[in-house]
Amino acid sequence: MTTDTAPPAARRTLPSMSVLGPVIALVVLIVIGALLNPNFLGPANITNVLARSAFIGIIAVGMTFVITAGGLDLSVGSMAAFIAGLMILVMNAALPTLGVGVPIILLGMAVALIAGILAGLLNGFLITALGIEAFIVTLGTMGIYRSLVTWLADGGTLSLDFELRGFYRPVYFDGILGVSWPIIVFALTVIAGEILLSRARFGRHCAATGSNEHVAHYSNVDVNRTRLLTYAMLGMLVGVATIMYVPRLGSASASTGVLWELEAIAAVIIGGTLLKGGFGRVWGTVIGVLILSMIDNILNLTDLVSPYLNGAIQGVIIILAVILQRGAKAKG
Amino acid sequence: MTASPVLALDRVSKSFGPIEVLHGIDLALRAGEVLALIGENGAGKSTTMKILAGYQPASSGRILLDGEEITFGSLHEAEMAGIVMIHQEFNLAEQLTVEQNIFLGRELRRGWLLDKARMRRLTREYLDRVECRVHPDTLVSELSNSDKQMVEIAKALSRDARVLIMDEPTAVLTGTETRVLFEQVRAMKAAGTAILFTSHKLGEVAEIADRVTVLRDGALVHDGPVAEITEDAMATAMVGRDVSDLYPAKPGDASDGEILLRVEGLDVPGHASDIGFELRRGEILGIAGLIGSGRTEAMEGLCGLRPAHAARIEIAGRTVTIDRPGDALANGLCYLTEDRKLRGLLLDKGLRENLTLQALHKFGGILIDTAAEERALDRAIETFDIRAGQRGVRVGNLSGGNQQKLLLAKVMQSDPAILIVDEPTRGIDIGTKQQIYSFLRDLAREGCGIVMISSEMQEVIGLADRVMVMRSGRIAGVLSGDGITEDAIVRHAMGVGQMEKAAS
Ligand SMILES: Nc1ncnc2c1ncn2[C@@H]1O[C@H](COP(=O)(O)OP(=O)(O)OP(=O)(O)O)[C@@H](O)[C@H]1O
Ligand SMILES: [Mg+2]
Repeated sequence: MTTDTAPPAARRTLPSMSVLGPVIALVVLIVIGALLNPNFLGPANITNVLARSAFIGIIAVGMTFVITAGGLDLSVGSMAAFIAGLMILVMNAALPTLGVGVPIILLGMAVALIAGILAGLLNGFLITALGIEAFIVTLGTMGIYRSLVTWLADGGTLSLDFELRGFYRPVYFDGILGVSWPIIVFALTVIAGEILLSRARFGRHCAATGSNEHVAHYSNVDVNRTRLLTYAMLGMLVGVATIMYVPRLGSASASTGVLWELEAIAAVIIGGTLLKGGFGRVWGTVIGVLILSMIDNILNLTDLVSPYLNGAIQGVIIILAVILQRGAKAKG
Repeated sequence: MTASPVLALDRVSKSFGPIEVLHGIDLALRAGEVLALIGENGAGKSTTMKILAGYQPASSGRILLDGEEITFGSLHEAEMAGIVMIHQEFNLAEQLTVEQNIFLGRELRRGWLLDKARMRRLTREYLDRVECRVHPDTLVSELSNSDKQMVEIAKALSRDARVLIMDEPTAVLTGTETRVLFEQVRAMKAAGTAILFTSHKLGEVAEIADRVTVLRDGALVHDGPVAEITEDAMATAMVGRDVSDLYPAKPGDASDGEILLRVEGLDVPGHASDIGFELRRGEILGIAGLIGSGRTEAMEGLCGLRPAHAARIEIAGRTVTIDRPGDALANGLCYLTEDRKLRGLLLDKGLRENLTLQALHKFGGILIDTAAEERALDRAIETFDIRAGQRGVRVGNLSGGNQQKLLLAKVMQSDPAILIVDEPTRGIDIGTKQQIYSFLRDLAREGCGIVMISSEMQEVIGLADRVMVMRSGRIAGVLSGDGITEDAIVRHAMGVGQMEKAAS
């Protein structure tokens, strides 16, 4: 039979604006930053930007999966605060028995990971098994975790024991070959996430679920399980981010992780993942995270615009990103 | 006869990216005339219609309204000019009611408020005209496909169109509904409306059209009065070869074949009850019945796609339980949905992702082997003659028939031993139908068991070795051999056959 299919040469389509847009924006920001302040591209500043990006970045990788599968999670910021509080309480309580040392740090990490996974499973269970809107469920759990951490801290601050803090600090401040641990963990998360989303079966199932859950169901994709796993994975990554975050300040309070959820969601969307689901890319999310923290960094390094306008500039970028996506879709 | 055209295309071409799909088309719609536009899948019928109705701009050429060149700045302008189009894929707002859809965008007002009483009255009137019995307050998402189509038609009637364009309006309709539609078409024609429609059912074309225009690969190959062309000649003009032998020869008695599938006491709550049948190796079992008789639901229940309970399911002699779609596939039982747009294909994704979605475990381990996927796509395009223009095209941009071929290819990736196909040739051109029929027959000959749900009587009669007729969620009768006649099927489907069955 005749087929009028394009020759293999045409298989690769040119990168569209939705691919180039975020990359161009990032490059422009780097150029602006370098022009405004000579220290911008110095190793100290770059390390600083990347380390600060790591928490939101690790969470945003998980958020990419949730959004790709057609979901949303507003609870990650307060979940992080709650996990941090819980971790500190458990570690302080175990101090008399375990003493300062590696075991107590491992215990704290295990608590964070398990609590994260459980919290994610709870969100996922309410959304998939009971069929409640993700927006509503996670709005609810967002309030619950925030209030729990406030209650645990009795309205104040939960602090890690002073000696313990000194022992734990290197997890944030040290690293290998001058690259600090948060950056290493962030990089590993991104690599694993990118492979999982773009090359693995699970990623294909996420995209199918977000694109049309009925079609996915008829194609033998376990839609509920896929969704549940995305929330559990996000919860676990919130745990990972908290493990890296606690040694930085050694404390948790009601204001820990405030607005992280919005920054994470914004990074995902700026990176080109569709908010309505069906398509996502982890490397885009990384670019989104970097764009957001570079804006912050540039405003802090220069006195051109007040850092108080940071939020406004981020807002403009988010809206621009969505307009770009829409333009790219109309053409495709 | 040679009245000047109301709406015409003058050397219109259309390209999507680098690919030209229409090459200089001339077309004229005249008042009081029904023009049929026919052609193979992907020939460019829908595209032509969308250009006429202002849904897509032409790449070159002119559109003439009453002899004057026009360009539609927006859909609204086309509607203001009295041009109404019914799309091949529904264009209704799923979350609104029937009434809200009919008046969408031109709600009647009294002062500041909506004139609900008048809209209700008119809605009833339009629905009555097409003999559609749904309540105006029903959500469109709850309607069957054929009711959705009737609502579309009612909506078009409500617009008092000068030009009515219908893209495969009968693809999802039953015979009775088609007749109702044609009555309305005749009435509108008598009132001076210019009508353009397309259909892959050439009998309908011969029945209702005054003139017929044939498109092949984006170019006009025939244009003339319908009286001067036979159905066979239409098919030949469309496909470019002779397609008079539509159905492959039946192999004769298969009753000695091994029983592949035995179902006893299958209940699908709310849709079907006490369904039991046997399927033999090498057999094609047709399931006929009216739309809404529970055929689809029964088979979906069997395949674990919706809640169901069976007293006993036996596959190749082994008793199995099927609770989830995965259980069915693990037992070689595979279902091809009738609803390719909402259940079959991811319209936002490409060919490759769609093709392999159901059988992804065959393509690599945890990581997907994209090279293997590409090879599978090459094979599918070849086997099923999928015409995609560009290989990277979104599946939503494929022509309807090519979507259907891709869906069949997708299901075949699971290597089914028992294949249940639901309306397998809906929206498919006659040449491809012939290919699909012989494909299914070959599959059966190679040892597959096939169940085919179809609302197209000729297809059931022409292809099936045995026919099971369903009515109101139950099996009304089973026919085989020479007993498979239109008359017998209709009688069982309508419930007239009951007494005879009891007597025999
Ligand atoms: N938006 C689009 N982008 C790219 N290609 C398109 C688009 N719309 C249509 N095409 C291509 O144009 C060609 C003609 O499509 P069209 O839908 O007009 O066919 P058709 O004659 O209506 O077929 P069918 O009988 O299957 O409905 C096809 O090859 C199709 O893939
Ligand atoms: Mg079409």
